[in-house]
Amino acid sequence: MSTVVKAGPAHAAGPAHPLAHRRPLGDRGFALLALIAGLLVLVILVLIAVSTAQQSANWFSSVGLSGFFSATWNVSANKFGPMAFVYGTVISSIIALIISVPVSIGISLLLTEVLPRRVARPIVYVIDLLAVVPSVVWGLWGILILVPWLQKIYGDIASGVKGIPVLDSLFGGPNTSGASFFTAGIILAIMITPIITSLSREVIATVPSIDKEGAYALGATRWEMIRGAVWPHSQGGVVGAILIGLGRAMGETIAAALVIGDSPEVTSHLFYSGFSMPAAIALEFGEASGEFRSALIGIGLLLFVITLVVNLFARVIVERSARKMRGA
Amino acid sequence: MAGTAVNPGRQSVPDLREPAGWRRAKNQIMTGLMGLAFLIIVVPLVLVLYLVVQKGIGAISWQFLSGPIPPNVMPLGFNGSGMGPAVVGTLEITGFAALMAIPLGVLGAVYINEYGGRSMLSRVISFMADVMTGVPSVVMGLFIYTIWVLHFGYSGLAGSFALACLMLPIIIRSSFEMLRLVPDNLRQGSYALGATKSRVTLTVVLPAAVGGIVSGCLLAVARAAGETAPLLFTILTVESTNTNLFSGANTALSAQIFANATSPYVGAEARAWGAALTLIVIAFVLMIVARIITARFTRYSR
Repeated sequence: MSTVVKAGPAHAAGPAHPLAHRRPLGDRGFALLALIAGLLVLVILVLIAVSTAQQSANWFSSVGLSGFFSATWNVSANKFGPMAFVYGTVISSIIALIISVPVSIGISLLLTEVLPRRVARPIVYVIDLLAVVPSVVWGLWGILILVPWLQKIYGDIASGVKGIPVLDSLFGGPNTSGASFFTAGIILAIMITPIITSLSREVIATVPSIDKEGAYALGATRWEMIRGAVWPHSQGGVVGAILIGLGRAMGETIAAALVIGDSPEVTSHLFYSGFSMPAAIALEFGEASGEFRSALIGIGLLLFVITLVVNLFARVIVERSARKMRGA
Repeated sequence: MAGTAVNPGRQSVPDLREPAGWRRAKNQIMTGLMGLAFLIIVVPLVLVLYLVVQKGIGAISWQFLSGPIPPNVMPLGFNGSGMGPAVVGTLEITGFAALMAIPLGVLGAVYINEYGGRSMLSRVISFMADVMTGVPSVVMGLFIYTIWVLHFGYSGLAGSFALACLMLPIIIRSSFEMLRLVPDNLRQGSYALGATKSRVTLTVVLPAAVGGIVSGCLLAVARAAGETAPLLFTILTVESTNTNLFSGANTALSAQIFANATSPYVGAEARAWGAALTLIVIAFVLMIVARIITARFTRYSR
């Protein structure tokens, strides 16, 4: 105990019994440091909400409720309705999910149920590689390569669906643009696939092998085993993974800013140019001042609240399904 | 819904009376679709890597990595120019962010796993760290803008703060996962020898998990190095080298790529591809080092 006794002041203050004396100062200091580091997470989250709310209060109070739910964004007329951006964010994220969810679930099943570990590992590395490619590089590729290439395809599709009721209003129209809601959706889909894949893979890997073997013993094929044994178990966790992917898609900034077309429109035409909340903040912030800047920070706060709710919801679902799995 | 109970009435239980040929075919179709899913995602990755290498490799030279950034209209390689200031900016901003986020993140994980245990506060922090990984990077940028830039002006330091905020929850989560794998009998053995808790944590638990922690940190740094959005509002992209992290506007590779991506000039575009290749190489090298560390130095794994 000699090293402990050296921590003078704490020892002097403690009772005489050598084993019962107070923990030395250094030890308590370290515990306090760790606690502060942990609390930092909560502090930052609260500060984000408070500081952005403060800086955007000006805008919230001047637009009022009706202005808040308006889609009219006209800087020169001092009209700052954010809903066109919200619309663009929601539409491009939904497109991203429609593309990414089947692909992600397919890959996670491939990795956990079909391929042997030896082959699955390198594939996991490839998917991880995808996650490390910076957003701005996807954006650069998107705007210089993908957009010009899609421009013609969109035009062809639009003339092909002309006059067909629902398809025309989704994929038709004379003003199709290579940079559009749909292009943003494609890029976002690529970017969120790694996270959805790795989270659902984790969930699917926890399905008890006894269930799987049971299904095989009943004569099920692999696909029937997946539907009967794997799916009911991992459903919840996979939904959580999808929601986390949705949160990522909604917050993705630079890639979306480069390929969505940057025009605040609310339209059913998916091949038209649009705008999204993070893209608006990134692209317009430089020139903004006064209420304009306050409005952009307000959009940031709105984005923070939306992604926070989506993520909270997702994590609750994941936790609950993980707990259920442990109980099984 | 009790998803775990075996319920013969469920729709998802296969009907074994189906003809065997069709069942086998369906199985094969579905397996084929899973393979297709992998191909769908590999194609863009290969395309993007191929294009970045093809278009970027011509730009890369020592001069490109160290020369000053020329005006956008100038061609590639004009008068010894390149992306030097952006390389310097990326290294100093990301480096300082790592310097802040790694110790704090590891300490946070230590709190959650070693001190907090199953207490309410520890569970809340762990849960909120998970949630915080989902906060969009653009929001982190705005946050640092409102609490720092508005008062102290644009600087590399502000960019470091934003990146550190992004890295913090990722490091907490990955370090926590690693600490959790350290067997309890190591801790108990050390306590039995009379060590204090901080000593047990610093000399027994952390060293036992160091491989996984370091590789998790490197992955977080690799992510942060490529971030653009949080830098736009914090460093105010400039064209000149600023080695003083603590004052004055700064620049970074990612911010330069973003600025050049929409430029109509061939030279600017070529420099953007060169910068993209540089950035990808930095990120991939960090990731590969992380993999090697994981493979060599991980003592406990799932």
